[in-house]
Amino acid sequence: MNLTRESGAAVVIIGAGVTGLSAAWWLARDGVDVLVLDKGVIGYEASSRNGGGATHYQSPLFHEEQRLWPLMDELLGYPTEHRPERIVIAMNEAQMARYKRMQGILAGLGYRADLLDPQQVRDAVPLAGDRHIGGVHIRTGGQANPQRTVQAYAWAAQDHGARIMQHTPALGIEMAHGRAVGVRTRNGVIGCDQLIVAAGPQSGTLLRGIGIDLPVAPARAEMIVTEALPLMPCGGVDGNGLYGRQTLRGNLAYGGGWHEWMDELPLHGALPRPSTPVLQHIALRIAQMLPKAAHARMIRSWAGIVENTPDGRPVLDRPANPGNVTIATMSSVGFGLSPATGHALRDLVVDGRCSFADIDKLSLRRFDGLDPDWRRIQGWVTPATHQASVPA
Amino acid sequence: MDGVTRQAYPVDPKSAVGKLPRPAQFVDVLVVGAGPAGIAAALAAAGEGRSVMLVDEHPVSAAMAGLDVPYLFGGRATPALGNQARMIEQIAGAMPGLDDAFEAGIEVALNTSIWGMWVAGPGLQVLPCAVAGLATEDRSWLCGFGRAVIATGARDLVLSFAGSDQPGVLGAQALHALLTRYDAFAGRVVSILGSGRLALETALRALDKGLTVAALIEVCDAPQGPAELVAEVAARGVAIRCGAVPLMAETNVDGVVALRIIPVAGGTVERIACDTVCLALGLVPQIELLDTLGAPITLDRDRGGYVPVCDATGQTPIDAIRVAGDCAGVAEPGGLDYRMTWMRALLDTGGNDALACTCEEVTRGDVFALHQPRYLGPESEAMAARDLAGLLADGPPDHDQMKRLTRVSMGPCQGRRCREQVAMLLAIGARDDIGIVNRAGFRAPVRPLSLAALAAPDDEAGRDGWDVWFGIVAQWVPYDEIGTPREADYIAGDMHL
Ligand SMILES: Cc1cc2nc3c(=O)[nH]c(=O)nc-3n(C[C@H](O)[C@H](O)[C@H](O)COP(=O)(O)OP(=O)(O)OC[C@H]3O[C@@H](n4cnc5c(N)ncnc54)[C@H](O)[C@@H]3O)c2cc1C
Repeated sequence: MNLTRESGAAVVIIGAGVTGLSAAWWLARDGVDVLVLDKGVIGYEASSRNGGGATHYQSPLFHEEQRLWPLMDELLGYPTEHRPERIVIAMNEAQMARYKRMQGILAGLGYRADLLDPQQVRDAVPLAGDRHIGGVHIRTGGQANPQRTVQAYAWAAQDHGARIMQHTPALGIEMAHGRAVGVRTRNGVIGCDQLIVAAGPQSGTLLRGIGIDLPVAPARAEMIVTEALPLMPCGGVDGNGLYGRQTLRGNLAYGGGWHEWMDELPLHGALPRPSTPVLQHIALRIAQMLPKAAHARMIRSWAGIVENTPDGRPVLDRPANPGNVTIATMSSVGFGLSPATGHALRDLVVDGRCSFADIDKLSLRRFDGLDPDWRRIQGWVTPATHQASVPA
Repeated sequence: MDGVTRQAYPVDPKSAVGKLPRPAQFVDVLVVGAGPAGIAAALAAAGEGRSVMLVDEHPVSAAMAGLDVPYLFGGRATPALGNQARMIEQIAGAMPGLDDAFEAGIEVALNTSIWGMWVAGPGLQVLPCAVAGLATEDRSWLCGFGRAVIATGARDLVLSFAGSDQPGVLGAQALHALLTRYDAFAGRVVSILGSGRLALETALRALDKGLTVAALIEVCDAPQGPAELVAEVAARGVAIRCGAVPLMAETNVDGVVALRIIPVAGGTVERIACDTVCLALGLVPQIELLDTLGAPITLDRDRGGYVPVCDATGQTPIDAIRVAGDCAGVAEPGGLDYRMTWMRALLDTGGNDALACTCEEVTRGDVFALHQPRYLGPESEAMAARDLAGLLADGPPDHDQMKRLTRVSMGPCQGRRCREQVAMLLAIGARDDIGIVNRAGFRAPVRPLSLAALAAPDDEAGRDGWDVWFGIVAQWVPYDEIGTPREADYIAGDMHL
């Protein structure tokens, strides 16, 4: 099949978050005709609402994540505000034990991370006080500005000829002769030879329409931001049960804590994602970890919605049936890995397999035979569902 | 499935279920804002025998006023503002009707701001009851409520010109508050922008308070307000300069010393000596709390812009929430077109160099050119080639997207000094109506409070089930260990970030 540009594209991607946009960029720079659809503005969901952390030792894409980030501004041609390294501060023994194990894992993977004593933490982190008991300085990893990164992917992909259609929700996937042939929208069907479904929480709904069962549960998580403070030498400071960073502008941006499981989301329209009084607990933890920032004013907060698979691991897979649909969910940890994810997706679409890492254990097959009631069994249900289940 | 089977399933211990208990404090009716509308609502509720709390953020701290929250105070408050105890007394005495509220047994909390309100709903089922976040400058707490009346009034509309970020340029609401409620206004000679009812009434009030009004400046060819007010202002010897806009505020270390105005049609610049310039071009309903509640908001061109959706009684689509007074809309027929006329004239005469966002120092030109913030240094070639027009080729203007790219509206004043202007600039950039601009919402905390003030009490409850992320242990098992005998050790060791 050879589609004209009017009726579709060789590769259509549903979802202009970091996953879909990075894939579009990787494909477009290879000369592939690619079109990305989003129900709203690019990156408006989780991809612009996250902590910006990029240190994911657990992932098969970790090495590629670490290799690519320092190159991204140059490769994309637009700023991502990437800054290297991360310092994790422990306020108690339990936290320290956890961070030490992370150091061990990183060492095993060939990356340097140094233990810091309390004084070394103070030297490295001007906003720290004297209640912490130590920390770990990770000499790799880092963080970037999600909002700028999302736009950078989109523009870079466009510069290579990719097309992006905002405010165009995918309402369903059209099948013919056992293959996906297009995406149904309000303005008709957009044809495709290959399809990538990277619609975050809504990927499950879209794929169910063509008989693929991608088990994902959406949940809401929140973050806060303070006014700008003088820049610390390393922006990637977190710990004390928080993730986050000091932005290059100087604001502190942190999240952590309790999430709320949600019901399946609509394919289009505004999503309910309030930020809540949980922000008081995030404020407390920042003030404990960085007491010299306690006077800083909190000026914003927000919530984002992410999806999780039953084991919390991504699904990056192009199942044999229908054969031209590639599934991409990062299971709530997908910003930092996105440069590498796009590469892997490009490989899956063009070559049928990932060229730089074994990602076999991220295939959808692992959920064959999953109990359909898995969300209840894992306790991943909405508060209302939970309440209704407690006998009066 | 029946209830018994269901109960066998666990609750995710890291989820929000059970983490936000019912606040210790609870009132039947919470009234936000102690203006005439708020006091009337509070008295009515008390008359029905309900427990009522009436909250008002005034007197705001000197620090808050310094950030121009909630009004554009423009650095023209006297140092008396720093004496909080005195100010509370002053304000309590100066708010008509507050005595009645005290007498009716209403709990009145002055100098207390509400930084967020929530009701259980989609995406937030976990709340045990409707909740409001309250705070003073150094402490915050939560209060449950049965229903609430939001009567937060309106804030100042701010349009910029050269020097308008300097001390001495304030808004009509701020001037009103400083003159009548705070009795703490530091200026003497005022130039007023606008000639509608708001500007004319502001002029008369200033005169009554013994100030000198140097002039009113009006972009249109004729005064805009009711003829009798225009006549009254003229009778008191104040000129209205029509067909002109400010070109720049002349300043010294103390702020404004004069305003230079320029005829819209071109011509010579005139210098008006004054220590204060008062923006009286319109008022903006304070809808922040309706945003944190998730209440629907709509654009009303004749009532000050974005207003809550409500019926004639102020009832919003959220059962527990009613609105009253100016926050529901300020009658101003043709108001948005009038604002746009000002905006275009300021742009035509003053150009792109004036700041659109004072906090983040983003100029109007930065918005049109889609410049990256200065802290990022020089732009790459590709970045320099991008501009607002190009962005708009991909979709309608979106204020949130502009915030992200240019940092406009991202500072500690929480966009109060620039929101309306930026939306107008986006409409101008799109050569389209203001209605197509996607509005930037407000999120908690809707007042810029310190981390120390907002922090929850440091107790065990806050540690319960707290995790950095979802606490899914399997998620953090190193890839190579998945499917090996060691995987179980990771899971058992609860090793996750
Ligand atoms: C508060 C928070 C903090 C986080 N912190 C980090 C962190 O520090 N590091 C990290 O690596 N990750 C973090 N994450 C996770 C990360 O943000 C996400 O994993 C990542 O953004 C996922 O990107 P995505 O493109 O796969 O999905 P999304 O960003 O969800 O994008 C999916 C896109 O699909 C679109 N879409 C949905 N339905 C349709 C439809 N029917 N038709 C068309 N389009 C549709 C949506 O509009 C959306 O733009 C965090 C997430 C949150 C919420």
